[in-house]
Amino acid sequence: MKTNDVIFQTIAKVVFFMIIFFAVHLFFAGHYHPGGGFVGGLLTSGAIVLLMLAFDMKTIKKGFLIDFKWLISLGLLFSAGTAAGSLIFNVPFFTHAYDYFQLPLFGKTSLHTAMLFDLGVYLVVIGVTMTIIQTIGESE
Amino acid sequence: MSLLHWAILAPFIMAACVPFVRKKATAIHTGWFVLILPLVLFVSFLQYLPVTMKNDSIMQTADWIPSLGINFTAYVDGLSLLFVLLITGIGALVVLYSIYYLSKTKESLQHFYVYLLMFMGAMLGVVLSDNVITLYMFWELTSISSFLLIAYWFDRDRSRYGALKSMLITVFGGLMMLGGFLVLSIMGNTFSIRELAAQAPELNNHPLFLLAMILILFGAFTKSAQFPFYIWLPDAMEAPTPVSAYLHSATMVKAGIYLVARFSPIFAFSGYWFWIVGTVGLFTMVWASFNAVKQTDLKGILAFSTVSQLGLIMSLLGAGSAALHFDSLDDNLYTAAVIAAVFHLINHATFKGSLFMVTGIIDHETGTRDIRRLGGLMSLMPITFTLSVIGAFSMAGLPPFNGFLSKEMFLLSMVQLAELDLFNLETWGLLFPVLAWIGSVFTFIYSMIIVFRVFGGKFQPEKLEKKPHEAPFGMLISPIVLASLVILFGLFPNLLSYSLIQPAAASIVPSIIPNGGQLDVHISFWHGFTTEFMMTIGVVIIGIILYKFLPKWIGMYDYFPGKVTLNNLYNASLYTAERGSHSLTKSYMTGFIRSYLVYIFAFFITILGFTIWVKGAFRFDSSNTASIGFYEVGLVIVLLIATATILIAKSRLTSIISLGAVGYSVSLFFIIFRAPDLALTQLVIETVSTALFLLCFYHLPKLSRHEEKRRFQIGNAVIAAGVGLIVALIGISAHSTKLFPSINEYYIKNTYTKAGGENMVNVILVDFRGFDTLFEIAVLSVAALGIYGLIKLRLEKGGEQNENE
Repeated sequence: MKTNDVIFQTIAKVVFFMIIFFAVHLFFAGHYHPGGGFVGGLLTSGAIVLLMLAFDMKTIKKGFLIDFKWLISLGLLFSAGTAAGSLIFNVPFFTHAYDYFQLPLFGKTSLHTAMLFDLGVYLVVIGVTMTIIQTIGESE
Repeated sequence: MSLLHWAILAPFIMAACVPFVRKKATAIHTGWFVLILPLVLFVSFLQYLPVTMKNDSIMQTADWIPSLGINFTAYVDGLSLLFVLLITGIGALVVLYSIYYLSKTKESLQHFYVYLLMFMGAMLGVVLSDNVITLYMFWELTSISSFLLIAYWFDRDRSRYGALKSMLITVFGGLMMLGGFLVLSIMGNTFSIRELAAQAPELNNHPLFLLAMILILFGAFTKSAQFPFYIWLPDAMEAPTPVSAYLHSATMVKAGIYLVARFSPIFAFSGYWFWIVGTVGLFTMVWASFNAVKQTDLKGILAFSTVSQLGLIMSLLGAGSAALHFDSLDDNLYTAAVIAAVFHLINHATFKGSLFMVTGIIDHETGTRDIRRLGGLMSLMPITFTLSVIGAFSMAGLPPFNGFLSKEMFLLSMVQLAELDLFNLETWGLLFPVLAWIGSVFTFIYSMIIVFRVFGGKFQPEKLEKKPHEAPFGMLISPIVLASLVILFGLFPNLLSYSLIQPAAASIVPSIIPNGGQLDVHISFWHGFTTEFMMTIGVVIIGIILYKFLPKWIGMYDYFPGKVTLNNLYNASLYTAERGSHSLTKSYMTGFIRSYLVYIFAFFITILGFTIWVKGAFRFDSSNTASIGFYEVGLVIVLLIATATILIAKSRLTSIISLGAVGYSVSLFFIIFRAPDLALTQLVIETVSTALFLLCFYHLPKLSRHEEKRRFQIGNAVIAAGVGLIVALIGISAHSTKLFPSINEYYIKNTYTKAGGENMVNVILVDFRGFDTLFEIAVLSVAALGIYGLIKLRLEKGGEQNENE
């Protein structure tokens, strides 16, 4: 008998975006409110896992045309690069800089290099979680 | 680096060249090239004779590790020159002998000569070093090269056994000696033997004096094969005969004698030195001569005889130390003991070297060394017979050979020990001459066995592998030279008196020599009907009688318990050490991780509990604790129930779920204690890890998936309770002792002003202490890649599986 999970799949499609948005919100809010790259990354991968549960792994793999292992290295590169970037300006390793900018759409916004570092964390966490789940899920 | 240093290093340099010579010049025996070196060294060292004869010395220093006070100091005085001449002189003869003894085609000559040259250089280094560390270095080099030489025929079991045994024993002694050297240099604040000797009186009153002395004597006794360390020497006889002749009769075994002689000026003031060196030497002499008689292997007899003769020299050195206590007497009787020791040292090197070479010839020409199969070789090998008569009679102490003179001097010294009262000798003193005499009788017997069992009696050709005939002339040169020296020194002993013996004896007991003066050394061949002459006559008469009736009493040896020997002790202790450490390791290295965890936790409890108890570190201070609220109590109860459920749960699924409950309660705690970031993370992570646990549970093998309750083990419970208690105690104590204010004030003040953020936790994570975070994500990455690798890479199943499948 073929199971019919059309309700689950439909809801999953909707909820996926809600979770993703929440995760992105957590990520961006990190510097001022609870959240940050780590939780954001975990929730993002949680959203992907939800899709994997609703559909099957191979379908999802087609949808995400990235190898999550690349995501890990990309994240590490971001983090380490942000930390090392300070060396160019002749300040100690890991010195962050921030300022407030007047941006066209967002208005007065604070931009912080720590955000780039957090982006690295975010990517690594997604990459790590997804690699683990995918690897274990695919193994017999 | 002076010429003297190069002389010491020359054998090593030569050793490096030997393999090339062997490879390039295949037509000529490699030994001929090697022979040049000891000859040159011998002649060049002869030039120092005029210096040492005036009791002068030459010292050359080259820096080695100047910052530690370790220098390569070469020091030539009478004693070292004597040894150097023995080493190079007999070295040259042995190399010459080995040219004829070892086959050019069958043996790997490059190994032999490399080891031999290494040994020669090391030996030169030992006797010429003034720095104890350098001395030790060369000392161990002699042990190593001797090890290599004994196991020269490494495909034989006995060779490897003998090599290992000699290595273990001599290195044991060497390490002890290093300890002694270090203690001594700490006492005297210098590594130089000469400088140490200069402050001998102060050292004598030092509390560590006895320790240093005993440790150094360990080195000397093991190397010189004294009781009870002599057991390696008979087994070292598996080496090629030139090696036995060189190392185990003339040179290496005398390194211990050298050490005792060299350190006499430092230690000999002590009565302990006299007693230890004297009695150990004398006992070794008697014991080994007694045991030599029962040997059936020619080299075995010679090995025991070497041990015995070394004991004789050692006891003379011990007796000679008494000389230092009578520096007022003009006619010092005890210096005679030192002179006798030096004289016998030379004599022993000559006659024992020739005897070993003779044995090698017999072995080479008949194919056996077993005296039960030999006999009647007198007419077949006349020259060899003559040589062995000279050597053996000299060893037995018969005139007109040099052994007679030194044996007389030995007996004289022992008799004098009995007469004078010193160190409470009056009660035990009589033992010295009696033991010496008994030892001499046995020495006489085995010397006769060597000559008459091999050359006398009936010829038994059927027992021999080869048809015996006289050795080639080249092989006979070396023993002939040595035997001629035996006779020469026997007839004209005073040739050596002032050239070699006087300077050497003067270096051993320097304090009794008047400034610029010389010891009175006059060895008279005939000295009247004295006690010692009577004793020698007694030795000869009793010896002949005992030898004649040897078959009657040889059975006596069977009464000695065969099991209770030092060899068995050595073997048993090696075996016990090996088995013991094996079973000890096996007893605690169980292979079960739970055992190791028990050790780790037990250690943890013991160390921390002990520290808390000893330091009185437990504190309880409730003044800065917060009040307990309603939610906390409720959560703690939930947490406790969940934890208890994990422990007593029957099914694993219950445990996993309870663990999840624990994790979620913890995240609730984070909420109560106002840590929203932690709570968020904890919630998500707990979910993920519970899911992973469930995955593991699902994949458990079907067979062992019994849902059974964990067995209760009292030991585990005690350990677990102990760890919990200790951690709780430490936690409470740590909380009750606030030594300084927390750093958090800084973060609170600067989170916004300096880092431009408001979430303090996140600002700390990415900004203030972002370095940690960087490596935490690295840890995560490694974990993910590790899991990927573990799952995808299954090499044991079907070779190299593609990870991209």
